[in-house]
Amino acid sequence: MSQQAIVKVEGLTKTFGQFKAVDGVSFEVHEGEIFGFLGPNGAGKTTTINMLTTLLSSSGGNASVGGLDIHKHATEVRRNVGVVPQEYTADEDLTGLQNILLCADLYGIPRSNSKPHAMELLKLVELQEAADRKVSTYSGGMRRRLELACGLINYPKLLFLDEPTLGLDVQTRTAVWNYIRMLKEEYRMTLFLTTHYLEEADSLCDRIAIIDHGHIIKIGTPTELKASIGGDVIVVGVEESGPDISADIEKIPLVKEVKKSDHEYRIKSEVGEESSIQIIDLVRSKGLHVTKISLTKPTLDEAYLEFTGRSLREEETNKMDMFKQRVTMMRARR
Amino acid sequence: MTEDVTRSTMTTQEAVTEEQKEREAERAFRAAPQLNKSPLHGLWALTNRDLVKWYKNPIQLIISLVQPVVWLGLFGKAFNITGFFSGQVPPAQLNAIDLGTFGTTSYFSYLSAGMLAFIILFTAAFAGMSVVWDRRFGFMNKALSTPVSRGSIVIGKIAQSTIRSLIQAVIVLGIAVVLGMDTTNFSLLSVGGSFIMLFLMSFGLSALFVMLALRSSDWQTQMAIINLLNLPLLFASNAMLPVKIMPGWLQSVVKYNPVSYAVDGVRQMLLGAGSAASTAAGYTTLAPLWVDFSVLTVFAVLLSVLGIVLSWRLLTK
Repeated sequence: MSQQAIVKVEGLTKTFGQFKAVDGVSFEVHEGEIFGFLGPNGAGKTTTINMLTTLLSSSGGNASVGGLDIHKHATEVRRNVGVVPQEYTADEDLTGLQNILLCADLYGIPRSNSKPHAMELLKLVELQEAADRKVSTYSGGMRRRLELACGLINYPKLLFLDEPTLGLDVQTRTAVWNYIRMLKEEYRMTLFLTTHYLEEADSLCDRIAIIDHGHIIKIGTPTELKASIGGDVIVVGVEESGPDISADIEKIPLVKEVKKSDHEYRIKSEVGEESSIQIIDLVRSKGLHVTKISLTKPTLDEAYLEFTGRSLREEETNKMDMFKQRVTMMRARR
Repeated sequence: MTEDVTRSTMTTQEAVTEEQKEREAERAFRAAPQLNKSPLHGLWALTNRDLVKWYKNPIQLIISLVQPVVWLGLFGKAFNITGFFSGQVPPAQLNAIDLGTFGTTSYFSYLSAGMLAFIILFTAAFAGMSVVWDRRFGFMNKALSTPVSRGSIVIGKIAQSTIRSLIQAVIVLGIAVVLGMDTTNFSLLSVGGSFIMLFLMSFGLSALFVMLALRSSDWQTQMAIINLLNLPLLFASNAMLPVKIMPGWLQSVVKYNPVSYAVDGVRQMLLGAGSAASTAAGYTTLAPLWVDFSVLTVFAVLLSVLGIVLSWRLLTK
């Protein structure tokens, strides 16, 4: 993966009255990666995406998308990036194909090009059968896929996806993940997505920025983020009588920390699967009997909660956003 | 939901050829990206979208035509001012009274011209509604995230409302003629000229209502605005009753209402109101025809320009 930055953000800020929705975030998105914005509701994820896609003007800071300044070249930025917004934006009264063609028209793509391309995209998201059906008859998953196809109509190199799997069932979510991976691998696109699903960020993203209260708290690969809270925990139970072999265990590669209590060892390791086998071998070679063993991998949940805190959010949201979210969820569940 | 789940398993070969095809298409596109970058690109697409939604849903059309038909058929026929005096006044004298009051010999014809303005006013009033719905159901965000100009979004909304209202006006005119509107003054010029006036009024009013909806995502507020403006615009005009029977203060309000100028112009052209005969009988037009035209032109241009300028500022997420 090249390390060329396709999105550069420096101190981007958005204030709504007194409220700082995004407070001086800085980050880069590398070409060809899936970059995830992970954070609780109201953390500033969507606001950031809206600024980068020039839907919202920023209150301060700089950002360039595909080498274009978002303030000076807003129209060019819009021309070059694809956007799949959080809510369903397709027109219910039109067919899937009509919706994509309408998007193409809005990008100024001539019909001679957009017609075959729209069909290709519908095929890509497996909607070619439903192309001539009204969107109001689509299920939530189909709508989401249609949104994806619309976001690709202008041949973007960079695609923004805002909560791409909000409210979808597990199967559809998996399908959407597959499309996202395919876009990266087969079409070498860069994808910037926001999510508050940890497993989504974990399984999909190359790098994650954890954002909360408008600040970026941590950026890194999922593995790095998990490792940063201490690595896997292996608990090995042994018979009470026996020598203390902590020092020997610590010599095993990847093991970071060993604690002995009455009859068990709590071992932190960078890669638990590898260490645990070596630990068992070692314990046995010392003539000890292993009574139990457990391996706990730190989940992104733990990393996330560590960084964002465990308190529940009193969400400040307006009526409009609530309505939109309800509509999105309602349509997704059809 | 099964169709969502099945993700066809592409063989590697298929995937490769797919990719090649896609790449080729992409290369071809990038080599000659004949993008339409004119500031008006997408305008027709946006206008057409609303029109397609409209004519694919004829119930909406029929319902919106019920009101003027009821007004024309029931009110216009029942509220037969001419009939009040028939039998008491000799017909010749009655004709003169009508001619002097309405500029034509029947109140029904007089009202028909007003109804053309009525249907346009009530269609234009809802132009803002589709902005609200587009905001609510996300389409506005889609449009805003494309390079289409904000001006095109606004003009598209105005244009679709104007086209719809004019089509409805044609239908209303047809119904009025069937129900007995006086057609002696109809000609290509008078009908064409009337519709140019109605076009100008519709464009201006649609711009006004779209503008009021630019920031709004709340249809209840929008409904309140529509009701707040609709009836005053209708009643403080000459659409249904002659200005000269109104109290003085209302007469001066009528003079600032663009609807009055459209109605006045349409009556002059379609019904010959303001002709030598009617003037002799005591009928006065609101303004000369060229003034009607000028007022409406200024109204339409001013409000649509204002709409575009406001859209640059207000049409954001």
